[in-house]
Amino acid sequence: MSALDIAGIDAFYGDSHVLYGVSFALGEARLLGLLGRNGAGKSTCMNVAMGMLRPRGGKVTLFGEDVTGKPPEDLAARGLALVPQGRRIFRSLTVAENLIVAARRTQGNGAHAPWDLATVTSMFPRLKERSRQIAGYLSGGEQQMLAIGRALMSNPRVLLMDEPSEGLAPQIVAEVMATIRRLKEQGLSIILVEQNAKLVFDIADDIVILNSGRVAVSDTKDNLVKQGVDLHQHLGIY
Amino acid sequence: MSLWGILAINSVAFGGLLFLLSAGFSLIFGLMRIPNLTHGSMFMLGGYVGASLYMTWHLPFWLAALGSAAVVAAFGGVIERLLLRRLSGSILAQVLVTLGISFIVADFCLLTWTGDPISVTTPPALAGGVRAFGLFFTIYRIAIILVACAVAALLWVLLDKTRLGAMIRAGVDDPEMARVVGIRVSRLFTIVFCLGAALAGFGGIMGAPVLTVYPGLDTDMLPLALVIVILGGAGSLLGSLVGSFLIGFVYNFGQAMFPELAYFVLFLPMVLVLALRPQGLFGRHAS
Amino acid sequence: MTATRAALVVALAALAAVPWWVQGDYYISVASQILIYAIFALGVDVLIGYAGLVSLGHAGLFGLAGYAAAVALAGGSGHFGAVALALAVALLGTAVFAALSLRATGIGFIMITLALGQILWGLAYRWVSLTNGDNGVGVATRPMPFGLDLEVASHFYFATLAVFLLALSGAWVFVHSPFGASLKGTRDQPRRMTALGYNVWLIRYFACLFSGLLTAVAGILFVYYTKFISPPTLVLTSSAEAVLMVISGGSGTLLGPIVGAALVVIVKNVASAYIERWNMLLGAIFVAIVVFMPEGLVPGSVRLAQWALKAIRPPPAPAGGSPPGRAGAP
Repeated sequence: MSALDIAGIDAFYGDSHVLYGVSFALGEARLLGLLGRNGAGKSTCMNVAMGMLRPRGGKVTLFGEDVTGKPPEDLAARGLALVPQGRRIFRSLTVAENLIVAARRTQGNGAHAPWDLATVTSMFPRLKERSRQIAGYLSGGEQQMLAIGRALMSNPRVLLMDEPSEGLAPQIVAEVMATIRRLKEQGLSIILVEQNAKLVFDIADDIVILNSGRVAVSDTKDNLVKQGVDLHQHLGIY
Repeated sequence: MSLWGILAINSVAFGGLLFLLSAGFSLIFGLMRIPNLTHGSMFMLGGYVGASLYMTWHLPFWLAALGSAAVVAAFGGVIERLLLRRLSGSILAQVLVTLGISFIVADFCLLTWTGDPISVTTPPALAGGVRAFGLFFTIYRIAIILVACAVAALLWVLLDKTRLGAMIRAGVDDPEMARVVGIRVSRLFTIVFCLGAALAGFGGIMGAPVLTVYPGLDTDMLPLALVIVILGGAGSLLGSLVGSFLIGFVYNFGQAMFPELAYFVLFLPMVLVLALRPQGLFGRHAS
Repeated sequence: MTATRAALVVALAALAAVPWWVQGDYYISVASQILIYAIFALGVDVLIGYAGLVSLGHAGLFGLAGYAAAVALAGGSGHFGAVALALAVALLGTAVFAALSLRATGIGFIMITLALGQILWGLAYRWVSLTNGDNGVGVATRPMPFGLDLEVASHFYFATLAVFLLALSGAWVFVHSPFGASLKGTRDQPRRMTALGYNVWLIRYFACLFSGLLTAVAGILFVYYTKFISPPTLVLTSSAEAVLMVISGGSGTLLGPIVGAALVVIVKNVASAYIERWNMLLGAIFVAIVVFMPEGLVPGSVRLAQWALKAIRPPPAPAGGSPPGRAGAP
């Protein structure tokens, strides 16, 4: 059983057809890199998975349960969390409040202790320091850490990350990737959306490439490397 | 001097009432993005219900006030669950429904309490006045100010110190993201709408000894709530507080000093703010 | 097309014949009232239905025109002068109204127009030296165009009908003109219109002016109808009733506001004889329409009629076989 299964998704923004029968599956405890050019539909996939956009066709399955069309709060309760593009932390709340409002108690993820305010802030020491600061005044990197920490507070089984490295300095990007690596080691199933293919290649188990709303490539990373597939035609100029 | 002194006291007291009216309106507008056009009717309904509880059924005033708040809160809850939630896709539809309901409530009050204005006697414990600093203060007006400040403090604690308050503020900041992190935003909507209704109803009965309760009180009060929230910013408690006292002064002094242009003086700042700084003086997002 | 034309001819004939099949001066006056409010509703609908802007302050403009005419007449002006002045004042007011209100759209527009309507009401109520405050301004006589005495209910009705048909034609031309098309474009796709090079603000501004013109015409007719105007005409509830008329009849159509106006006027004048609390009825009808038939009575009834017809008549046999499904999956 896959952690998250997207099958035949047709999605529209108004009358604009954005996703055409998109299908892929995230294996449990695996990291899937979702790549593609600007406007290929990667964020739209994330929005559909998170229940923010209702697809006109297709099915979304979370650990075997059909969750198509369910609202985001229901999905959050079932263990799905999103680190959205642009971070979207709650600007007027403090760092601590950003974390607290997302908190969800669970029986734990088996391998490690459940996430709560203490464990999240110990993973991101800078957040602990700034715990009482208004989130809107944090730097870009700190906001990214906060967005990730906030997603963890709901003790997700599946984590969706939409361009976490966007707009960050290289050193901060390295920190973010290291964090993602740690989360993967702890058994979290992750979909990582990025425009920077190289970042994703280092860390991903599976690769899906979207091109103009359609799946162009869908395979394990190892297979792609073995076949020496040239992905540049799908990803534009790098 | 003493005329201005009396005006000043009345302005502060009126500001307190306006705070009770506008705090709820501001929360509803900030979280649900709806200017609740039933809000004036809720204020008026609270006045009528409270008047009946106090004068006809002889409940102690404080109990009548709380009871009135509870009745209006329940009414608000019914509107929110039955009507507003059905229309959750369209803000315009929700605004129009609140408009239609204001008609229904206004006529219902006419039907139940007739067209004669109801004078609510000041509760004896708070009647009379004191002399200080060469001015005469009516005790009831001081009570209004104190109660308004107490309510403001309670609301501040709720919003700033509780998890529920943080969730409400998160919903005001980014309602979609609030749902993504698992906050049951539709439940928050009901809570906030009921809270806003309760505050308005409470304000209506608190204000009754001063303003009386009469048909048309709703359309007198609603535009004031609108002005205050526009000036102070939707979803901002501090904005509501400052705006309420500001408008309290402008309303009273304006009527005394420029009787012919009183409404001009009252609404022009609002129009200017909307035109030049849509998020208000304290608010966080443009309407 | 011929069916619609036939319906129009019938409607026109029925309207022209009102004084004969409607019995009594009272009901003929109600018919006049319906026409006056229909013009008002058309004016409001230009904004709500075609520009996508809801105004809760139009009673202010309605009253502005009415007051201007009444005050001019009371000051000794002739009818022609009073009407011209009223139109000019109302258009000037609309120009200012629109310039301020169009700083926002959507909910912001609603709130600014509400406030501006309140300002106008406040001026009518408190600028006693100009408006006579709560006592209002009376109008002594109605005009006598071509020797026709408009004091007679049926004569006034015909005059109103003439103005109404003129206003309706004007609205029809407006809506079907290229300008009307670009206005609908700004309602549906404002960003795309801007990208295409249209001046969205200017388009909306002119729409506001046309809306103000229709509203002013209605306001002037109103003051001749009631021969009196006072502050309650400009109160928030009156603006709300105008919105009610448009929404309940169906915004974005020409027939909708007329039906809505008829609904509200009939409830107010006729139902009020049987139901004392007709405002509650009005509010309840409005809420029901917003919840169950949000497109309004006219489009909603058309939809229901089409559904009923489909249910009665069997569908034609399909040409190819299976009904069309979703566009082919990859």
